[in-house]
Amino acid sequence: MENLLWVVPALPLVGVAFNGLLGRRAGKGVVAFVGPGVVGAAFAVAIALFVHLVGLPAGERELHQTVYEWLVGGGFGAPVAFLVDPLSMTMVLVVTGVGFLIHVYSVGYMHDEDERGFARYFTYLNLFTFAMLLLVMADNFLLMFVGWEGVGLCSYLLIGFWFADRDNAEAGKKAFIVNRIGDFGFLIGIFLVFSTFGSVAFADVLPAAGAALTVGGTLAFWIALFLFLGAVGKSAQIPLYVWLPDAMAGPTPVSALIHAATMVTAGVYMVARLHPIYQMAPSALAIVAGIGAATALFAATIGLVQNDIKKVLAYSTISQLGYMFLGVGVAAFTAGIFHLVTHAFFKALLFLGAGSVIHALHGQQDMRYMGGLKSGMPITYWTMLAATLAISGIPPFAGFFSKDDILWRTWDAGHPLLWAIGFVTAGLTAVYMFRLFFLTFHGKFRGTDEQAEHVHESPPSMAVPLAVLGVLSLIGGWIGIPAALGDPLGGLGNAFEGWLAPVFERGEVAGELHPAVPPIEYGLMAASVAIATLGLLAAWWLYVRNQRLPEELSLRFRAAYTVLRNKYWIDEAYTLFVVRPFNALSAFAWRVVDDGLIDGLAVMGTGRLVRFGSGVASRWETGYVPGYVLVFFGGALAILAYYLLG
Amino acid sequence: MDFPWLTTILFFPLLGAALIAGIPGSRKEAIRQSTLAVTVLHFAIALPLWWLYEPGGADFQFVERVPWVDTFGIEYHLGVDGVSVLLALFTVLLMPLAVLGSWRYVDRHVKEFHILMLVLTTGMLGVFFALDLFVFYVFWELMLVPMYFIIGIWGGERRIHAAVKFFLYTFVGGLLMLVGILALYFYHEQVTGTFSTALADLIALDVPGDLQTWLFLGFALAFAIKVPMFPFHTWLPDAHVQAPAAGSVILAAVLLKMGTYGFYRLAMPLFPEASRTFLPVIAVLAVIGILYGAMVALVQPNMKKLVAYSSVSHLGFVMLGLFALTTTAIQGSVIQMINHGISTGALFFICGMLYERRHTYEIERFGGLSATMPAFATLFMIVTLSSIGLPGLNGFIGEFLILVGTFGRYPWLAGIATIGVILAAYYMLRMFGRVMFGPVDREENREVPDLSVREWAVLLPLVALIFWIGVYPRPFLERTEPSVERFVEILEGAPTPAVAEADGAVIVAADDEPVEAGR
Repeated sequence: MENLLWVVPALPLVGVAFNGLLGRRAGKGVVAFVGPGVVGAAFAVAIALFVHLVGLPAGERELHQTVYEWLVGGGFGAPVAFLVDPLSMTMVLVVTGVGFLIHVYSVGYMHDEDERGFARYFTYLNLFTFAMLLLVMADNFLLMFVGWEGVGLCSYLLIGFWFADRDNAEAGKKAFIVNRIGDFGFLIGIFLVFSTFGSVAFADVLPAAGAALTVGGTLAFWIALFLFLGAVGKSAQIPLYVWLPDAMAGPTPVSALIHAATMVTAGVYMVARLHPIYQMAPSALAIVAGIGAATALFAATIGLVQNDIKKVLAYSTISQLGYMFLGVGVAAFTAGIFHLVTHAFFKALLFLGAGSVIHALHGQQDMRYMGGLKSGMPITYWTMLAATLAISGIPPFAGFFSKDDILWRTWDAGHPLLWAIGFVTAGLTAVYMFRLFFLTFHGKFRGTDEQAEHVHESPPSMAVPLAVLGVLSLIGGWIGIPAALGDPLGGLGNAFEGWLAPVFERGEVAGELHPAVPPIEYGLMAASVAIATLGLLAAWWLYVRNQRLPEELSLRFRAAYTVLRNKYWIDEAYTLFVVRPFNALSAFAWRVVDDGLIDGLAVMGTGRLVRFGSGVASRWETGYVPGYVLVFFGGALAILAYYLLG
Repeated sequence: MDFPWLTTILFFPLLGAALIAGIPGSRKEAIRQSTLAVTVLHFAIALPLWWLYEPGGADFQFVERVPWVDTFGIEYHLGVDGVSVLLALFTVLLMPLAVLGSWRYVDRHVKEFHILMLVLTTGMLGVFFALDLFVFYVFWELMLVPMYFIIGIWGGERRIHAAVKFFLYTFVGGLLMLVGILALYFYHEQVTGTFSTALADLIALDVPGDLQTWLFLGFALAFAIKVPMFPFHTWLPDAHVQAPAAGSVILAAVLLKMGTYGFYRLAMPLFPEASRTFLPVIAVLAVIGILYGAMVALVQPNMKKLVAYSSVSHLGFVMLGLFALTTTAIQGSVIQMINHGISTGALFFICGMLYERRHTYEIERFGGLSATMPAFATLFMIVTLSSIGLPGLNGFIGEFLILVGTFGRYPWLAGIATIGVILAAYYMLRMFGRVMFGPVDREENREVPDLSVREWAVLLPLVALIFWIGVYPRPFLERTEPSVERFVEILEGAPTPAVAEADGAVIVAADDEPVEAGR
């Protein structure tokens, strides 16, 4: 099996080559088969790998394959080599599995594109899958970085897929550049790692982290922090989250795959993967947890007042990613990854459901013009309900288990304040998600009559992925039922924790080592269910029962509402304090320094000086022979005098 | 005697030029086709060097050495190491593309243009092959003249201004170098009693501190102008904007490399102590160039000027790597010389293709071209990403090796230089977006044709190289590594001058604890 690791990323690469080179001529039918087909095949291989891995003893579940030496220069070397252990296996399954569903869904969603657009779309989507697989399967920092920037590229290309609209293209560019700021941190992190460890292979660096770094040392801190800057960019955390809401300009399946289920979680994966380094840097971990919690709350507040269905989901994604960072930040790596997995199910579903709605309404994204879609779109409705319950943390849906795991471990690790932030955010999450749900599916339809007539359920290629993800949103969390709830499924236990234990065993907080479940765990669990239910009811009260109330409230709390509506003016602040000054400085560098000083004053000035000098010199060339004679004699006399007197 | 590979390759273009001279000037198509045939054949003749050059073999290979001007100790002395063989091969590969790229653009004095292109080829190859300083200088000046005419005759509106500026700048640099060569030459006579301009003899000299400093400065200035390093770069935007497409391509892809190659081949090994003394100055100027070039590129309204300033930024990376004096960083610099030639060469071809369609380089006059030119859009995107340094493409290989190799010694400089990676994405994607994306809001952009077969032929080899070097750079890195290691030995082996000693201490400390030293 070990020699087959390369097959997993290679399959989508075949799709890239085929769809990119031949897709237009082959036609949409073939592309619709090849595009999802290669990802499905990769998923099948991944399943086989998984079965193989499970068959191995827990301590030996680690497969390596070196494909070739890639970048070697001087003492530096990095191969193209893959590592599959329970952690990357989990990611591979999510990427290919959820990815496959979204590819299938895309066939229906992108049906109106012409041959060229259709082929281009699947080329990009396959390329994304390839890059994402490189990212999670890489066995060294550098190859991980290849995938890291590769997914960023695909994100850029797919956000701006409909490039004829200037705004889409701008959104793509913004995503790339903001991500590059993060990647700058990632690169510095790699430099620091290489100069500290003399290698960039995980197998060399991670086991040696304990010996080479000191706990709490500055080196460990800076390595962890710079790498985290990369994660902040990719996973849209404060202060680099600003690209993700704009990224909603892309086709909705792209938002589901890249900007919800997989790419944006890469930062969480990175911190988990590099946990031996982070554990040497407690203060960096504290920053991770702090940024995660702050982002979770901050984005949730903005999500409360957005009217664009995709924007709500975008801020929701930022908020949920914050939870994941809170998890890994308190060294609850399993919990963070667990939430990553369940989130991939329900958030992909939410986006695809939203896409289904947008599809039915011919591009309408504003929830103020939706409503009452329940009857016309039953599959979308019921699956969306499952996902909304899941993200709100209502048991026994998937999100309940993972979110509660993070909250409990935060408390358990001794961070009551961070727990409180997560707890409040859980309530807000239920409010804004059920606001979305009720505004979309309940009440009366508020769009045009023409739209109302055309409301229809999506075709099977879209509906089936919705259904599969709907089931996963329900049962996906059952792989990680906490010990506190016993073993209701009989023998499964907390399978997820056991599965990842070999990866994190040295790093995990002592949570699972508690022999007895402390009563407070039940208390906190009950509290988070309660606040989620409260949020649900509040949304119902506001958006179903008293539909006038939200407007009254927004008038009553006008200041707060304005701040949230305008997203705290963060984008405007960046424009004002970063982008414009930088552009102005650049213009200054060009006009004043380059044209004015260097070229104008120094270079052309020298030219003028030479011309002036030669003008002076040429005055001596009068053509008046007696003058020359005079000078000649004067010179001769001077030389004579020099020798005689000297 | 072995087959004289280098002489054959060196003078083949002149032979071709003589052939072209025999064709009547009115038969433009015949001249173009013949020149293309000559350059393709030239490439076919040169290509065996790729396999014949032995990475682990002698320092210099295919060496030819015959006395030339006996009384002055000047020899016709050629040879290549891993670095020059790659640069020469790349130059030879580029020429047929340059001929194809000016097929439509150049329509006046077609014959003269192609003859000059062939003479220029010989000039450039001579610089790469020369192992004798006199030979080096002759070819250095030989290369300058055709380029001067190419800009001055086939250039844009302000071509005369640009050509004169280009000429004066490089000529002044050349003179400084000549003075330096003469001084070295006489010093050699003074010490050993014999005249020699052989590079190896002069490297073996132990030039005393003061003299070494002055000579280094002379050479360094000549090469810094050529690179161009900040603040000696202002001839470049003018020259690029005015030059015809092929002129810009060769200027960017090969002529600028003459500067960095000059540092590598002459300035640094001849004056190792002085190189180390001035290392901090040059490294800082390189980093300023990286950021400054990127910022100025960002606000350019003209595509060619933007690409020109991006060259200032990219070559800053190459200089930084060279002066980091680690094998890793210099390996990065060497591969980056090729990479910059590929990506910037391709970018200038692309500018030329747009110019042929729309007769402008103004970014504002374009928009939405992806819809009308999808194939062009794809290749332009790949080239743009190569220039940005996307991993998996060639640009990343060089930039990363430079930065990681520099970081061990100068964490702060490398760290600041890395900001250039962000800026590159900013200015390149800004240009790409404005030209290719958005609505087609100008009538005249609606009907622009996509790539012709000829244009495919120009871009495809470069795109293939972009992927090859990005995915599998080993064949390139393997060929240069022994040469680079030898270069590092020469520079490291030099006795440390007083000024550099304090520096040396920092270097050692930096090796142990890079972060601590940096802070």
